[in-house]
Amino acid sequence: MTATTPDPRVRPDVAADPPDEAGPATGGRPRAATPPGGWRALAVQPALVVLGVLVFVLWRATATLTETEARQLGAATLWDSTLRHLSLTVVSAAIVLAIAVPLGVALTRPALRRFTPVVIGVANVGQAAPAIGLFVLLAIWLGFGYWTTVVALVVYSALPVLRNTMVGIQGVDPRLVEAGRGMGMSGRAVLLRVELPLAVPVVLAGARTALVLLVGTATLATFISGGGLGVLINTGITLSLDSLLVSGAVLVALLALAVDWLGRVVEQVARPKGL
Amino acid sequence: MSDTLPAPPAPAPPGRRVSGVPIRLEEVTKRYPGQDRPAVDSVSLDVAAGETVMFVGPSGCGKTTLLKMVNRLIEPSDGRIHLGDEDVTTQDPDRLRRRIGYVIQAGGLFPHMTVGTNVGMVPRMLGWEKARVAGRIDELLDLVGLDPDVYRDRYPKELSGGQQQRVGVARALAADPPVLLMDEPFGAVDPITRQRLQDELLRIQEELGKTIVFVTHDFDEAVKLGDRIVVFDVGARIVQYDTPEAILADPAEEYVADFVGAGATLKQLTLTRVHSLQLRQVTTASIGDDAAGAVARARAAGDDFVVVLDRRDRPISWPTLAEVSRMSAIPDTVDERLPVVGLQSTLNDALDTMLAASQGGAVVLGRRDGLAGIVSIETIMEAIQRARRETAG
Ligand SMILES: Nc1ncnc2c1ncn2[C@@H]1O[C@H](COP(=O)(O)OP(=O)(O)O)[C@@H](O)[C@H]1O
Ligand SMILES: [Mg+2]
Repeated sequence: MTATTPDPRVRPDVAADPPDEAGPATGGRPRAATPPGGWRALAVQPALVVLGVLVFVLWRATATLTETEARQLGAATLWDSTLRHLSLTVVSAAIVLAIAVPLGVALTRPALRRFTPVVIGVANVGQAAPAIGLFVLLAIWLGFGYWTTVVALVVYSALPVLRNTMVGIQGVDPRLVEAGRGMGMSGRAVLLRVELPLAVPVVLAGARTALVLLVGTATLATFISGGGLGVLINTGITLSLDSLLVSGAVLVALLALAVDWLGRVVEQVARPKGL
Repeated sequence: MSDTLPAPPAPAPPGRRVSGVPIRLEEVTKRYPGQDRPAVDSVSLDVAAGETVMFVGPSGCGKTTLLKMVNRLIEPSDGRIHLGDEDVTTQDPDRLRRRIGYVIQAGGLFPHMTVGTNVGMVPRMLGWEKARVAGRIDELLDLVGLDPDVYRDRYPKELSGGQQQRVGVARALAADPPVLLMDEPFGAVDPITRQRLQDELLRIQEELGKTIVFVTHDFDEAVKLGDRIVVFDVGARIVQYDTPEAILADPAEEYVADFVGAGATLKQLTLTRVHSLQLRQVTTASIGDDAAGAVARARAAGDDFVVVLDRRDRPISWPTLAEVSRMSAIPDTVDERLPVVGLQSTLNDALDTMLAASQGGAVVLGRRDGLAGIVSIETIMEAIQRARRETAG
């Protein structure tokens, strides 16, 4: 039988079929984990910020300024305003994250899903209302100062984080949730180990959007005695001192760029491997 | 109750390894809110321990709903479900599910976890020790034909669809559950890969003897994989519950006959397995062997090619003697187009594989993807002709 069986082994000249992926001892190559966009793209932004700061320092050292301008643009004053601005931004962002992420998670749970339109509606109003109106109204209600500014900023910037948390979790393939439940994970375990990790990139993108929004909007703090770099701009406008106005605007822009960059770095680092 | 069963299953054939438990559904019903007809209408069904039962039927007839009521991903509106001697209808669903393997289309692997982490999920939930989990992961990857050292630390996206599905099966088997539920698991892969996965499942099932409930829309798949097939109609009404042979030979209703399809003469192609054929034994050589020696052995045995085995004794290529003579030692080149089938492959599969590779034969894999022999197209044609003569005469 062995000898009489014709040779089954006929070699084709051309590949008749895609390579067999399940063949013994074969398999795809592991790929290097390069973040989309690449780390190189992340290096340009801080370079620009540093360049901007250098140009500003150089200009400040060489420009001839009036006494008011020089006082307002003194190193100590500038440093204080910048720190204050940052503090407003960071504190508001922390509060936004602490409120909007859990709220966003809760609104994706089946039991609470029906409240989604209401909450999103409220958050929409918070963002769609003119920021300055929101600041003034809250100041009339709560009084002027730092914490009123923080409240206003939180209301104004909650939406991107809330929305991205929900979108991020809703974007998780429902089959993964089913697979998790199907293997005996509790609903909580699926949320913590599957849904949230997979939503992290989208949630962080929302947080970065909120941060940049906050840096810009915190300039309005000056109108309700909240301080920050907005003071420079405001003084520049009221006293027609262009150097103050431009300095304030430039510093806010540089701060926004720097914060955005930090956000991008965090996004790259925190992105779950394997995505 | 059980009198509604068209064919209560006989016990599994003796001598087969069984690690599964029987499943018994008693008048199980599911009504979805806002639908006037129940999706599953008072279904009773007994699945014997260690058997593979295939659910087939038109789309929307309630197969998935019935399957998911077994692990209570869907809560039954009515009826009782037993696993072995236990009534699990009111058991804590999370704990119940850790004892039931569940495989869905495309594997459902968690993309942010490595293959190893995915496979080790349930054992870790059950509180196994680290070392035991690690050992189990390797054992299972090995079982589904993936080299643990290569694949353990990869992420799912670095795997092909077929490999992901294998990992999905490994994950479902991780805690050695007695029951495996599979919902169209091989629906999203190409035909050749699907056939490989089916062969793999048959081989694993032969080793393990789980109780498997498998939903498919492909009747050929049902015939190939099932010890028994349940044909459903709307509302998960059981139209016929019997062995593939019996359903093919004697469809209970015209509805089943339509579903089974025409082409009765070609039934042999799906009913006959490669292991029932006379396989040709050929000369083998291992990587690094002396080429001249291999040629001499092959000549002595009357072969004009050799099958090269890798370090785990799995066939990787089948060079002709002319090719081997040109080498000094047997190389470790993997022939990506090597046509391979399993012992449990149907003649249909074997022909498909040969045609896809434009070859007149295929390598047959046995246990752990080792070489079982060679099947040639002539052997298959002979088998078909013999069967046709038998049915005619
Ligand atoms: N979650 C659900 N809610 C409402 N109806 C459903 C749901 N899931 C399935 N159905 C309905 O139940 C019937 C059976 O569905 P399914 O079990 O998925 O069928 P199959 O798996 O056989 O295709 C279909 O009519 C489907 O529309
Ligand atoms: Mg289905």
